[in-house]
Amino acid sequence: MLSPVILLPAILNGLMTGAIYALVALGLTLIYGVLHIINFAHGALLTAAMFAAFFAYTLLGLDPYLAVFLLAPLFFGAGYALQRFVIGPAAHDDDRNFLLVTLGLAVVIENALLYFFRADTRTINLPYAFNVVELGPAFIAVPRLVALGAVIAVALVLWAVMRSTDTGKAIRAVAKEKLGAELCGIDVAHVFAITFGLGTACVAVAACLLIPTYYVNPTAGEAFVLIAFTVVVLGGMGSVAGALIGGLLVGVIESLSSVFLGASLGQIGIFALFIMMLLVRPSGLFGARA
Amino acid sequence: MFRRSLYLNRRTFLRSTALGATASAALLHSPAVLRAQGAAVKIGVLHPVSGALSYSGQQGRLGATMAIDDINAAGGIKALGGAKIDPMLGDAQSTPDGGNAEVEKMNAAGVSAVVGGYASAICLSASQTAARYDLPYVVDVGVVDSIVTRGLKNTFRFGPGFGVIAKTALENLVTINDQAGKPAKSVMIVHEDSAFGAGLAKLLNAQLPDRGFQVLDTIPHPTPMREFESVVLKIKAQNPDLVIPANYYNEYVLLARTMQQQRVRPKGIYSVLGGAASSYKFVKEFPEAAQYIMDCNHWFDPKNPKAVALKKRVEDKGQFYTYEVYMNYSCMLLLADALERAASADRAKITDALASSTFSGHLMPYGPTKFVNGQNEGAAPVNTQVLGNDIQVILPTQFASAKPVFPMPPT
Repeated sequence: MLSPVILLPAILNGLMTGAIYALVALGLTLIYGVLHIINFAHGALLTAAMFAAFFAYTLLGLDPYLAVFLLAPLFFGAGYALQRFVIGPAAHDDDRNFLLVTLGLAVVIENALLYFFRADTRTINLPYAFNVVELGPAFIAVPRLVALGAVIAVALVLWAVMRSTDTGKAIRAVAKEKLGAELCGIDVAHVFAITFGLGTACVAVAACLLIPTYYVNPTAGEAFVLIAFTVVVLGGMGSVAGALIGGLLVGVIESLSSVFLGASLGQIGIFALFIMMLLVRPSGLFGARA
Repeated sequence: MFRRSLYLNRRTFLRSTALGATASAALLHSPAVLRAQGAAVKIGVLHPVSGALSYSGQQGRLGATMAIDDINAAGGIKALGGAKIDPMLGDAQSTPDGGNAEVEKMNAAGVSAVVGGYASAICLSASQTAARYDLPYVVDVGVVDSIVTRGLKNTFRFGPGFGVIAKTALENLVTINDQAGKPAKSVMIVHEDSAFGAGLAKLLNAQLPDRGFQVLDTIPHPTPMREFESVVLKIKAQNPDLVIPANYYNEYVLLARTMQQQRVRPKGIYSVLGGAASSYKFVKEFPEAAQYIMDCNHWFDPKNPKAVALKKRVEDKGQFYTYEVYMNYSCMLLLADALERAASADRAKITDALASSTFSGHLMPYGPTKFVNGQNEGAAPVNTQVLGNDIQVILPTQFASAKPVFPMPPT
């Protein structure tokens, strides 16, 4: 079983699955890092974005890889509006309220999707969905390779934005010291909303990368969000690099443990690592000390 | 203190029973009057229409409600003065607890019987809850055999159970393999890890070696599953002649697509109750991945004009004619037939009528209906294969519409 024929494809496959985890986790970690809230609506937003990508293809004939340029800004706007006009005002600055509001939002979004689109599982069949790149013994699906590249690109862009732009600096300032930032004239509500928008845009990108090989139904997003929470804690709450590396790591571990332990036990590897990490380095791979 | 309150309670109890007796006497009379006018018979229609199983649940509800509409349009229950069936729709939310809660509600609302459940786990608990109220429960799909081996008098399963399906599937597999000159010797099983998949895998592992097949590996996986690459890698490494998947729709499709992508092409894909293997939706959306897949599953009788007519009506609605639809449709007809013969909305009488049913107006390729301990002995699965853009019945021969193509021809 330990032959390279299976080991190499398993690792590559893990990297590519991990890329999607990383992207979903990126959105979560951004929102956590700045707003200090755990966004329970993340999975529902991912599902909504997957539906959007699905309909962009079936109704507008827009390839998911092109739709990303439409959906990412659209979901940025939606995320901004949600935080600014719904979550922020409803939560009254209380962390517990944030949890409940986002949880409620998740329920509303999921059931709205269920109401409008029924529970049908929908898939799109793209001409290139079954194309593969041969790399030694491994066949790598083109859409998954594209996903890996895109996720790395998104992480780099996000990192650059956070590092060098005024908005990025403002976001970091608010994350570090909310009151201080406010005293310096930063519009905290605006920064919160921008961060939430960025997190939601990440989810929109993930949806466009997923839809060529995955399916969408009103609960499809959930499967990715639980794992993304793990990635966030593993990589360090609020860390962009942590989410990327953590996501890839989780993907590889999951893939290897499913090959060697079976798919049902594949999760064991992830959570064993997760518990070890919490014991040894509770702040996560790249997390700052609390 | 305790004594006193007990005494008082007994007093009040005595008083209230006196009242109650009068009231119930009045109640006992009123249904007779209502019955003459054909008062509607309330029937609980229970499906997991939200949550992980919602697609199947909604398909099941579609079948049940179409049957009710047809029964009502044809003049309702004639023995009850043309009483209409009044469905009380319930959502089991894809969990046994959800199913229980709905049965409690249905009982409180005074339904005469419940049809549905879909998943084995939901059927098991919902029928047990219904048994507490002597409420007749017709299982629409739920294949786990313990559903009908618990000695519950109220529970009836019209479709075949696990044991019968697995036995038929194995016999038919041997037949197909023998006819082709025994090309398949090794097998890998990929199954979802709940009661259905795990139970089936256990059974296959026990029985396949006796029938000349070597089981190379058995791979369980959770539902939902995000990707199947690692599973397919294992299949590729061990290169079995046959792959036997036992999982629900989404996972089945993902597995078949990943196998196509990774160019894993065994001599055959043979499933037992495969989630998508005999689904028109799968064949329409991924004809290449679905091609030549064989399945032993619930299927309508392709030679029954009623079943074919319903297929057209369902497709005209823009829905797929999945097994949930015609099984629920058949179960509802079975119940309506029992209502006719019971000539009553009384639960005990309906239970008796179901137990003695010889109903033949259904859509399934079954033998004569005969319930033994709640199980319809006539129920049987058939073997299907995806050929071209259609799904054909390949076995048993009296219902077959095509001959099996095995092993899969090279692309």
